[in-house]
Amino acid sequence: MIQYLENNYETVLTALQQHVWLALLPVLLGFVIALPIGYLGVRFTWLYHPLVNTCGVLYSIPSLALFVFLPVLLGTKVLSPINIVVALTIYTVALLARTVADGLRSVDPTITQAATAMGYRRVRRLLDVELPVALPVILAGLRVATVANISLVSVGALIGVGGLGQLFTRGFQLFYLEPILVGIILSVLLAGLADLVIVLIQRAVTPWARFQRGGAA
Amino acid sequence: MITFDDVVKVYPGGSTAVDHLSVELPTGKLTALVGPSGCGKTTSLRMINRMVTPTSGRVLIDGQDVAAQDEATLRRGIGYVIQSAGLFPHRTVLDNVATVPVLLGKTRREARTAALDLLDRVGLAPEFAKRYPAQLSGGQQQRVGVARALAADPPVMLMDEPFSAVDPVVRGQLHAEFLRLQQDLGKTIALVTHDIDEAIKLGDRVAVFRQGGVLAQFGAPQELLEKPADDFVAEFVGRDRGLRSLSFDSAAALPVRPIEEAPGLELDDAGRPVRWRDAGDLGGVFRVTDSLRVVTDLAISSPVGIAVRVDESGKADGVVLHHDLVDHLMERRR
Repeated sequence: MIQYLENNYETVLTALQQHVWLALLPVLLGFVIALPIGYLGVRFTWLYHPLVNTCGVLYSIPSLALFVFLPVLLGTKVLSPINIVVALTIYTVALLARTVADGLRSVDPTITQAATAMGYRRVRRLLDVELPVALPVILAGLRVATVANISLVSVGALIGVGGLGQLFTRGFQLFYLEPILVGIILSVLLAGLADLVIVLIQRAVTPWARFQRGGAA
Repeated sequence: MITFDDVVKVYPGGSTAVDHLSVELPTGKLTALVGPSGCGKTTSLRMINRMVTPTSGRVLIDGQDVAAQDEATLRRGIGYVIQSAGLFPHRTVLDNVATVPVLLGKTRREARTAALDLLDRVGLAPEFAKRYPAQLSGGQQQRVGVARALAADPPVMLMDEPFSAVDPVVRGQLHAEFLRLQQDLGKTIALVTHDIDEAIKLGDRVAVFRQGGVLAQFGAPQELLEKPADDFVAEFVGRDRGLRSLSFDSAAALPVRPIEEAPGLELDDAGRPVRWRDAGDLGGVFRVTDSLRVVTDLAISSPVGIAVRVDESGKADGVVLHHDLVDHLMERRR
């Protein structure tokens, strides 16, 4: 395996780089899109259940189907990485919109009431009180979405763009185990590292959460 | 002064929470709103800072209709304390207290300096400043809640069951501290409680509500105890209301006899009472500033039926005999 890495250093590195941005760009885009959607699901209570159902349906679309179908819908080339980014963004939104809504709903109503009674207006209350208090729940969802994305990118290799997934397809085509092993190990390491980074960010931005009952990480 | 002017609140579905309420909560005094659950006391409180909108009628603060003011601005000028404090879990104790001053445009630094003083006022050591609410006991959280409500020095404060989430011992301490604080500050306070004893202990005025949001009686605590407006108030105030009303009368008017009339009383060299020669334990003494209830309790529990009075220095300076006390109580009823 060391031998394989030495000979294919550049191929592996390019695949890894592609994997990282194919997985993480959708996380970022999805998070930004999911925030307002999740908020709407709380602001207008009648929207919550349709939102949860829609998210469930979106998340259940098979990824390969989405990768193949998106070029038709978007008019992109079949091999364009945009297809992967859009597809994974959809999954991220499906996961996070619900998490954001649930996070905001988990805020103790006495806290929201106290904020209102102290003279917070709606927007500032959301930014200063509700979102920060919901952050542990939201970040837990972000961890799930990130790890899920990192594993889903590989599927893209079946349509020609898939970061480390390309090592799998190559290995299968050549009946050659090494690239498959390298691909799996790097995927797992990447997922672990990304998860760790989010946990560290969570510790830094929610130092108070450790003291809560039940103490989220 | 907080004025309720013929206020009605009917909730969608038709249940009446507050039924034609007209009452004035005096400036600088604590008015306790008390009653069984569902009597509209919390709804009434929340109409003061517009958390609830009346169906009809007006609520005025110092003659200004609250409905005419911007909601957020109005609320920043009114302190608010709720049960279990409602502290922000993501902010330190200090930043919780600094909340309203920051909303009002103070710099964070100014607000924090002032907040530190307030923590001291409510009896919290400075080392609590950097902690998060979850690291505090219930009583400590409640103190922070009071400090936070006081932070912008609002003339009016609303308190919704502020002391009911803590155990009775801590509640007693918080009551005492709070009364001392209020004596200094003289805020106009509306306090909601379901506990008539708390209302009588803390309130300068007590408003008793009955089911359906009707004001059953409004008056000084002693008035409630001695002249309950009807059976509902009498029952709500409780059985021993006669004895409790004695808390509001001074012992100064009692007929006091010289200590020579209690020959069994042993004194030490400084003239301080020690014990009854033949009957034992003294059980306690009273001062002229104590209430009639204290003296009554002493006379009843004393083995010889005599309550001993002491002066500033603790020297015995008189006794009240059981039958004199009874005569005085008879006199008082007329």
